[in-house]
Amino acid sequence: MSISRNDIDHVARLARLALNDEEKDLFTAQMEAILSYAETLNELNTDGVIPTSHAVPLSNAFRPDTATPSLGIDLALSNAPDRSGSYFQVPPVIE
Amino acid sequence: MELFDYTLHHLHQLLKNRQLSSRELTSALLGRIEAVEPQINAFITRTVDQALQDADQADQRIASGDCQPLTGIPVALKDIFMTKGVRTTCASRILDNFIAPYDATAWSRMKEQGAVLLGKLNQDEFAMGSSCENSAFGPTRNPWNTACIPGGSSGGSAAAIAARQAIATLGTDTGGSIRQPASHCGCVGLKPTYGRVSRYGVIAYASSLDQVGPMTRDVTDCALLLQVIAGYDPKDSTSVDTAVPDYSTALTGDVKGMKIGLPKEYFIDGLDPAVQQAMDQAIARFRDLGAELVPVSLPHTGYAVACYYLIATAEASSNLARYDGIRFGHRTQNPSGLMELMMQSRAEGFGAEVKRRIMLGTYALSSGYYDAYYLKAQKVRSLIQQDFSAAFKQVDLLLTPTAPTPAFRIGEKTSDPLQMYLSDIFTIPVNLAGICAISLPAGISGDGLPVGLQLVGRPFGEETILQAAYAFEQSTEWHHKKAAL
Repeated sequence: MSISRNDIDHVARLARLALNDEEKDLFTAQMEAILSYAETLNELNTDGVIPTSHAVPLSNAFRPDTATPSLGIDLALSNAPDRSGSYFQVPPVIE
Repeated sequence: MELFDYTLHHLHQLLKNRQLSSRELTSALLGRIEAVEPQINAFITRTVDQALQDADQADQRIASGDCQPLTGIPVALKDIFMTKGVRTTCASRILDNFIAPYDATAWSRMKEQGAVLLGKLNQDEFAMGSSCENSAFGPTRNPWNTACIPGGSSGGSAAAIAARQAIATLGTDTGGSIRQPASHCGCVGLKPTYGRVSRYGVIAYASSLDQVGPMTRDVTDCALLLQVIAGYDPKDSTSVDTAVPDYSTALTGDVKGMKIGLPKEYFIDGLDPAVQQAMDQAIARFRDLGAELVPVSLPHTGYAVACYYLIATAEASSNLARYDGIRFGHRTQNPSGLMELMMQSRAEGFGAEVKRRIMLGTYALSSGYYDAYYLKAQKVRSLIQQDFSAAFKQVDLLLTPTAPTPAFRIGEKTSDPLQMYLSDIFTIPVNLAGICAISLPAGISGDGLPVGLQLVGRPFGEETILQAAYAFEQSTEWHHKKAAL
């Protein structure tokens, strides 16, 4: 398993993580080691094995479609880094 | 014995009989925290004033004749649980100033009974770690030897019990994060079956694996606290709507005729001698108690850690996408635009292990690699589950070490993530299978560090493992040993 600097840049962007050069070097080496270890799974024949999505059998959980009390605007916005009235405020998305 | 040394069930009797007030008890705990916290660092946030107010309220409630099992009992929670009006950080800079707007269900059930919250406990950031060293608030130290780690990720929850800074605590367990620290700190920790306890209001790490559980001084306390937090919650769509049994009835002390499996893959060469000795003694003890010990095999055990680190990181990368600097949490100063706001806020807010796991998980889910890593791991997970199902056709429960070694030293494994991951080798398979397990004290190493024993049960088999754990505990002295602090 080899991981290139391009792979790291691509994945970091997908993950919305700004990494510095030192972190990129470190993660390249560490991810290579961890993924090589993970490849031991290829020793197992899993043809026809159904993948697990949940550990216990779960079916869709429905509830009645009735309104119940919610947090309310002020509580929902109480941890916002920046707000404007009843809204979260962010930098302009479209110039 | 000081007040802070007693068990929950003993203190409940004292409170109920009005031989003790919650005010006195809470003050004793607050004094203890003040005295030992400089050495331990188990708490991220302390709620001193609120605790004393809650204690007074509990005393009024008791005076009116209403004393529930947790009324007036001082407890503390891993900082992963939402606690309304109280700072909740998950040990991350990204949530440094986050005030929870609502309560986690597990906590609200304890609160309804009148439990007194002493504060929020240290952990690995976002529950990612096995040593409590990945905290933005500094490492917690093991009360048995402060040069050692307490285990993780619920290291603060275990250390607070061992240092007698709280009567009971809650932790969460995704790959061993309740059981491994319980083992390293000489306390009792139970990971319930997936779906047994609501995760509403618990900050998510890996949603197909995370579970909430009690950490206590002894098995009786463990059963008692599990009783309070277990049960269906419509706010958690993965919680299971099956009746909660009366766990106290399992504490009979009798294991005659019980079939206990010994999975050969867990008794490997290279097991620490102290762990090996504790296991040998535990096996002999169960035999003396009348249990039948049966060799079994869980052939895919060796693949569990690799399987786990693909699934858990993939789920984490998705769950942690919510920390974007927009609705809550840290936001970078003066970003040039929205993309930079997100990328920089996350870069500044997350620690190294969290970044590493987000990167791994994003990679494992990314186009072209999904089948090779994530899907493959989900298939191997099925094989691991099938191992357990087959074993439980022969036996009632399994006995294993909780961890391959006693607590290691602070800094010993921080430079090699893979070595750190392998310290969860005996706990991870249980999470992958979604079943329940308990760790309880079973020995002390030559260096004076606790060794834990793990008992693994069938899905919703909490009664069986509590029954066996109680019988073992009552026939040994390990639960009376205390860290000299």
